[in-house]
Amino acid sequence: MFRIGRRSRIFFVCALLIAPWIIQVIPTISHYLDVLVFAGIYTLITIGLSLLMGYAGQISLGHAAFFGIGAYISGILTVQYEWNPWFCMLVGVVVTVLVAFLIGTPALKLKGHYLAMATLAFGIVVFIFFNEEVAVTGGPDGMGGIPGLSIWGYSFDTELKYYYLVWGIVAAVFLFSVNLVHSRLGRALRAIHTSEIGANAMGVNVSVYKIQIFVYSAALASIAGSLYAHYINFISPGTFDLSFSVKLLIMIVIGGMYSIWGAILGAVLISFLSFEWLEMFKEYEILVFGLILLFVTIFLPDGIISLPKKLRGIMGKSKKPSGQKRD
Amino acid sequence: MGSIYAMIAVGFNIIYNVTEIINLAQGEFVVLGGLVMVFIRVTLSIPTILAFPLTLLIVFMVGVLFDRLAIRPIKQPSVMTLIIATIAASMILKGSAMFIWGKDPYDLPAFSGRTPINFLGAFIQPQALWIMGLLVVIVLALTLFFERNIMGKAMKACADNPDAAKLVGINVNHMILLSFALSAAIGAVAGIGMTPLALMEYDRGAMLAVKGFAAVILGGLGSFPGAILGGLVLGLIESLGAGYISSGYKDAFALIILLLLLFVKPSGLLGNATVAKLKKF
Repeated sequence: MFRIGRRSRIFFVCALLIAPWIIQVIPTISHYLDVLVFAGIYTLITIGLSLLMGYAGQISLGHAAFFGIGAYISGILTVQYEWNPWFCMLVGVVVTVLVAFLIGTPALKLKGHYLAMATLAFGIVVFIFFNEEVAVTGGPDGMGGIPGLSIWGYSFDTELKYYYLVWGIVAAVFLFSVNLVHSRLGRALRAIHTSEIGANAMGVNVSVYKIQIFVYSAALASIAGSLYAHYINFISPGTFDLSFSVKLLIMIVIGGMYSIWGAILGAVLISFLSFEWLEMFKEYEILVFGLILLFVTIFLPDGIISLPKKLRGIMGKSKKPSGQKRD
Repeated sequence: MGSIYAMIAVGFNIIYNVTEIINLAQGEFVVLGGLVMVFIRVTLSIPTILAFPLTLLIVFMVGVLFDRLAIRPIKQPSVMTLIIATIAASMILKGSAMFIWGKDPYDLPAFSGRTPINFLGAFIQPQALWIMGLLVVIVLALTLFFERNIMGKAMKACADNPDAAKLVGINVNHMILLSFALSAAIGAVAGIGMTPLALMEYDRGAMLAVKGFAAVILGGLGSFPGAILGGLVLGLIESLGAGYISSGYKDAFALIILLLLLFVKPSGLLGNATVAKLKKF
């Protein structure tokens, strides 16, 4: 079993701290900071999804809904009731946890395709709700004027400050999730992925664990939604539609769903692809993403994160027998 | 609309019965059917009677390519990779449709005019009758195919037990290919049928697929009579819901029904719970 080396963690943290300075020095890529803020927000969701899909083997096509619930609760409570944003974020998480629990409990009893379809349907229902309840959500026009975040008078009003806020939260969630993976829960999840019946026979309470991880990933998506709403100060239903759920799926698959590192890599990579490098394709990016997704599914089922290992395997230099890389 | 959902549901079931895959790109076949028909009928102005089989043939070939390029190359098929592959393929189909036809909705002339027919005091579009007729034809053709034709029987054998089917010399891969092509063609019929009534644009696929799936679940996964009943019931509920409750939530009704069913009785109205448990996925 591959454990996260202390070195790679330190490297990761250093890279996070230094990245904005490098980016700001070079004028042509100074707007990359903005992309990285979004990447961080997406990373929060993909870490949760990676636990759900890669470790527990359950597919969800409805996480855009949880992202949206977080964003809208933050938006509505801060704009219409002028509550404290941090408190709203908490309310968002609590609501999302409840909704996820209600949806997840019956849905996770179902297997494979059923869960995919149930979450897909749930996502679309929530999307329609955002669109139709004009009085509450502002309808298709969206809602604006969502305040930024501040803490004890220190406000996160620049991209740089927000970058550190978002990636700080990502780092905390990352550490927590890695520990989760190596805990009893993580081992149970892997057992479920390998064989649900086998895990059950060994005394693992399959459905309880699956629901826990589903709720956890939904809560992360909700936090990400709140951060998103406070960052761009404007939300509209279009952000939370089915194609966003699919985009999250692409991030996970391309990065490598069996690994939390893969989730981070996928989120960053896809953010850059869709905000920057594939700009020229405009709406046709869906075609490009489809091709990439199909290619990765067929040729690199463990995602880009497994590429170095594969290359080493091809060169015949691998010293250890290759087990499945887990984090 | 009920008959359209029934057709999509039958398409789902054909693939599911042979491969146990839920093809999330099923809706894309419908869109493709409609748009290809528009191209042949309107742009090339070929009469309906010729354009119809031509469209079926083209979408049938797309189904073949779909299996060859997206499903078969996968080395370690699991539920998740197969779902992802069908999603990827549906994105490619959708992207291509946008590339070729753009984002505008397209209209197609109805098969026999648009003068409503007075039927027992209710006015019906002749096209609606055509759609119901097409559904009946599909049901009859499929029944004949599965009961009388050696290929159809071989497909049924694959559905029952692929390993045993292989042992008696059935080429399972061919049957899988055929199931994708067949259900693509049925999707195309649905698309051709609905375009004169509801127009067609590139991004309809996902919603149609989910509603078709709701019809499948309503009738019980894998059951053909169930699929047809499910589709008709769904269409009825949807129009009643839109009429009496709220038209804005029209699309949500089918999905809420789907969710409720999945939670309460996933085996469907005509399905059998023990059979569902025996299935691999």
